[in-house]
Amino acid sequence: MRIALFVTCVNDTLYPGTGRAVVRLLRRLGHDVVFPESQTCCGQMHYNTGYRREAQKLAVRFVETFADADAVLAPSGSCAAMVRDNYPRLGEPGSRLDRAVSELAPRVYDLSELLVDVLGVTDVGAYFPHTVAYHPTCHGLRLLKLGDRPYRLLRNVAGIDLRELEGAAECCGFGGTFAVKNADVSAAMGADKARNAAATGAEVLCAVDNSCLMHIGGTLERQRAGMKTLHLAEILASTEQEPARV
Amino acid sequence: MPSFPEAAKSATGDSQLRHNLRKATHTIRAKRDGAVGELDDWSQLRAAGAAIKDRTLRHLDTYLERLEDAVTAAGGRVHWAADAAEANDIVTGLVRATGESDVVKVKSMATQEIELNEALAQAGITAYETDLAELIVQLSDDLPSHILVPAIHRNRAEIREIFRDQMAAWGVPAPERLSDDPRALAEAARVHLRERFMRTKVAVSGANFAVADSGTMVVLESEGNGRMCLTLPQTLISVVGIEKIVPSWSDLEVFLQLLPRSSTGERMNPYTSTWTGVTPGDGPQEFHLVLLDNGRSDVLADTVGRQALRCIRCSACLNICPVYERTGGHAYGSVYPGPIGAILTPQLQGTASEPEASLPYASSLCGACYEVCPVAIDIPEVLVHLREEVAGGSGHTAEKAAMGAAGWVFGGERRLGAAQRAASAARSLVPRRMPGPASAWTDTRDIPDIPEESFRSWWRREGAAEEAPEPGRAPGDGDEQEGGRR
Repeated sequence: MRIALFVTCVNDTLYPGTGRAVVRLLRRLGHDVVFPESQTCCGQMHYNTGYRREAQKLAVRFVETFADADAVLAPSGSCAAMVRDNYPRLGEPGSRLDRAVSELAPRVYDLSELLVDVLGVTDVGAYFPHTVAYHPTCHGLRLLKLGDRPYRLLRNVAGIDLRELEGAAECCGFGGTFAVKNADVSAAMGADKARNAAATGAEVLCAVDNSCLMHIGGTLERQRAGMKTLHLAEILASTEQEPARV
Repeated sequence: MPSFPEAAKSATGDSQLRHNLRKATHTIRAKRDGAVGELDDWSQLRAAGAAIKDRTLRHLDTYLERLEDAVTAAGGRVHWAADAAEANDIVTGLVRATGESDVVKVKSMATQEIELNEALAQAGITAYETDLAELIVQLSDDLPSHILVPAIHRNRAEIREIFRDQMAAWGVPAPERLSDDPRALAEAARVHLRERFMRTKVAVSGANFAVADSGTMVVLESEGNGRMCLTLPQTLISVVGIEKIVPSWSDLEVFLQLLPRSSTGERMNPYTSTWTGVTPGDGPQEFHLVLLDNGRSDVLADTVGRQALRCIRCSACLNICPVYERTGGHAYGSVYPGPIGAILTPQLQGTASEPEASLPYASSLCGACYEVCPVAIDIPEVLVHLREEVAGGSGHTAEKAAMGAAGWVFGGERRLGAAQRAASAARSLVPRRMPGPASAWTDTRDIPDIPEESFRSWWRREGAAEEAPEPGRAPGDGDEQEGGRR
């Protein structure tokens, strides 16, 4: 299958390893990956902060960039949710944007959805001999309703030791510009999430969204907790020959 | 009144408060989860609740007139109040006409919203709160911190102190050597309040629901103190928001399931009191209904924001909210705290001043509030809608500039690529602690390292050149063709 990668601006700029892992993983599974270069950002930050017009422009760019794609993979739960849940609110009913969104949005997937629902695979042949706790992330949990898909993928990783995360469903406190606008509350939420994560004793905290991991990981690092964060794609791309760095 | 981030700063630093809030919200949360989980038709009930409210709001004028007719026919009197001042004048006038200077109160958000107690005090009338938590708040000259559990921020040791120090000034004093055993505290309140119930001839209440067909008011409470107020006095004055209407008695079937399970995690509400006009020789002999607008018509006119008027004040959104859990209700600077307050207060009062304008941002948009809301108010949607209103206003100039700049960079892939190359080139120069607004991030978190190369740059160099392997290969079969690492 030919899969168009929407790598997202955060991954593109700060976490290119996640994009590379996705490419490696999907090619290993026998699929074509294309990266339409006109892509930039889904507009989530603008939309969530109240800058609707800027978000609209980016939505137009997104639907034009990916109009022909059979499937669009966004290795970020919140960006996939932005397209599927919020883009429909951006175009006036019946407008060109509105029509393009309703046509494209159902073909936009998070990594775990693409693997489990579209490609029909839960064992991707990965090897990752480490203890891992999974943080479900708010948008993955409540907007995309990923359910047990990421856990099913992780459970099939050879060598993995999955630990349960207390308070898994609670928000880590990132929330985009919330982390700056309400820094004290965000930090308090992040500290609680980091404490729960560290209490699992796992080496790695895994999620489908690098923004949340940036917030939690930055907190863990400041606390010298000795716990690493990794995107699900990097664990699934990890093999015995080419292990992910921990 | 400070803005939300300022008020939150002291709250997040108060470890006793954080402990009290965490314990209380997690306890109610777990109880609600259990009670809701018992019903396999919860999602249908929730949809029905939302539908009844929406339908009623669409024809609110019709139902309000129907309610007025029914209340009048049952021997009550209806008064219309456009705003807080008008409502307070009406109630003050009605109490004065009785010649009494004391009133007992059933816990009511509407009367808090209009600051009725303060207005009555100015007219020389003392309002006595009779809900246990409201009593605690009133005795300690405090403000409520929660819609349903106004004293949620207090623990029992603090409550004992309040009873011991303040009860005597308000009526029957607390017993000597009062312990902080919950039963002893409840008994002290019972003795204190009982004397008040027996003596006071005027009561003021709100209502959870007002049934248009029959003119019936409905109050749900847990202690029975409300029922004392609703049945013992001679005169009963109910101040009710115009959005509290349900068309018919049968609609209550839905809400009497939704509300107790969502609010206290109980299957059935302990005390559900209903009253319809007056009945000679039984209960209050004079009944006044004050129908309160106070901004609600404006909310109704907003097609996105109007869903906030479905709210049945259950507090489920407060109890689940990670922001509320860490700040408590006072930080919201409003009688409606938590997620619902963050959308209701700016709608009722406007976003012209800083405290109200900061409320739509008092959320990480995690969506937990929407998930638990028994009438399916999409609170995140309304928050973003209100943020648009605030961002479109005159303030936020630095943010507008930053958002504009980001929009420009994201407006073209070449601009984004250039910005990424500039960031990579400067990666060794990024300080660990940032100045300005970014310091909020680096105060508690490390910033990530900027990579040497963006993904798109890698893709151009190596990623696109890669060929996919033949389809049909089994997962896990080597990965010698992996991009970028040959």
